[in-house]
Amino acid sequence: MATTLAKAADGTEAVTQAARIEHVSKSFAGPAGQQLVLDDITLDVAPGEFVTLLGASGCGKSTLLNLVAGLDRPTAGAISTDGRPALMFQEHALFPWLTAGKNIELALKLRGVAKNERRGRAEELLELVRLKGAYGKRVHELSGGMRQRVAMARALAQESKLLLMDEPFAALDAITRDVLHDELTRIWRETRLSVLFVTHNVREAVRLAQRVVLLSSRPGRIAREWTVGIPHPRRIEDTAVAELSVEITEELRGEIRRHGQH
Amino acid sequence: MASTETTAKDSGDLAGLEAGLDALETVQAGRKPFRQTFVEKIFPPVVAVALVLAAWQALVSFKIVDDPTKLPSPGAVWEVVRQAWLQGELLGYIWTSVSRGLLGFFFALLIGTPLGLLVARVRFVRAAIGPILSGLQSLPSVAWVPPAVIWLGLNNQMMYAVILLGAVPSIANGLVSGVDQVPPLFLRAGRTLGATGLKGTWHIVLPAALPGYVAGLKQGWAFSWRSLMAAEIIASFPDLGVGLGQLLENGRNASDMAMVFEAILLILTVGIAIDLLIFSPLERWVLRSRGLLVKG
Repeated sequence: MATTLAKAADGTEAVTQAARIEHVSKSFAGPAGQQLVLDDITLDVAPGEFVTLLGASGCGKSTLLNLVAGLDRPTAGAISTDGRPALMFQEHALFPWLTAGKNIELALKLRGVAKNERRGRAEELLELVRLKGAYGKRVHELSGGMRQRVAMARALAQESKLLLMDEPFAALDAITRDVLHDELTRIWRETRLSVLFVTHNVREAVRLAQRVVLLSSRPGRIAREWTVGIPHPRRIEDTAVAELSVEITEELRGEIRRHGQH
Repeated sequence: MASTETTAKDSGDLAGLEAGLDALETVQAGRKPFRQTFVEKIFPPVVAVALVLAAWQALVSFKIVDDPTKLPSPGAVWEVVRQAWLQGELLGYIWTSVSRGLLGFFFALLIGTPLGLLVARVRFVRAAIGPILSGLQSLPSVAWVPPAVIWLGLNNQMMYAVILLGAVPSIANGLVSGVDQVPPLFLRAGRTLGATGLKGTWHIVLPAALPGYVAGLKQGWAFSWRSLMAAEIIASFPDLGVGLGQLLENGRNASDMAMVFEAILLILTVGIAIDLLIFSPLERWVLRSRGLLVKG
């Protein structure tokens, strides 16, 4: 709440950013005293922008996402978002005691959507992720890819302006992941959502994003940024995707190598 | 225009690809044929019961135990049950005990559920009474009968008190362990959806804890039934009506071994029947709807 107040008091911005991360640091109490996980991160996500956060293990990318989601507080700095963001996890995190449709309806209910509108809205969202017949299906009756699509529909049900995604496709097989990349791109372009997508997969980052932000590890700092101008529809095999991926991978390897030198 | 056409074609391809993947990765679960269920589930316990009856009959027939006051034949016990049925007393015995047991269990449910929730969610309450609640589970409920008789006298209230003391800890502990085992991911997912505080408890914590809670209910019923039988045997008093526990005690007083066996068999049968008719289906339904029941 304090962050929103600080922003209002500032009052100088012309455009409201979907997310504004200003000089954010985060440390946790570890065995060797305070451990700095994120160091002075400043990053804006513009309305409708697709940004991927890329980094090796220990770069604190999930920590940063948790901070933006409001599940944790930064040690220093400020984060403001335009409304409460939706969050998708690596695991689908669907509730197994509810059907696919009811999972979506719970999100609608918690947002205050009237009872008689929920069913229709849930069906629409399922249609958007191309799971028209899945309303009454139990979570365990769905495949991994279908579960993540229901989870996406549930996240979209929150009607947030910002969608946070924490390696949502990491546990899927390659073909399903590729299909879901197309699906996410399509939905992002249809809904004009802002997306902040965390991954350790360089190709995934390049295939999806308008902007790729590379984080260094321990502590996480912004190492470099790339703007991806490759037109959609992109494919994972595209030469342009491959070329940029090679460049970013080199940089990422350099970041990782630094940690082995002492 | 060319670009829109490509987009439309791409989108059509994607939909087809997706439908194919969905079809390939979805498993069709069918119901087992009755024959298979019979061979796997019903036949084995029937054989086991038949073997026990055969061994029992053999002990009597071959005069290995040659004293009907020690071991009556299965036929003699059956005759006692049949007479009780013909005289219209059998259902009365059963109903007296079952109605007490279920009503007592219902009260235990009303007390145990909020208590369990309080212990699970309020740190101070957990620290204060959590260990006592777990400890109470290992106290045989028959130990509560003497104080209950002294406090409440020989009446139905005393029976209910003993049932409560036996079943409430099981129900509360079941709920506590259910809540403890709620995956943290569900809580985080719930919080991002806006389910915090009481909303979080109602929409996320309670449904997620249901399997543990139902296991607690099942155990709670077993404890209710045992406690009630202990109470009925010890606090046998004609005005209270004859339940299965009193039937057992009457049999002992009359040195009528067939009646004692009748009572034991009825207590066992009723306990199992309630579990099979109410609690096991409830548990199976909860687990199956979540995909937690492994087939076989």
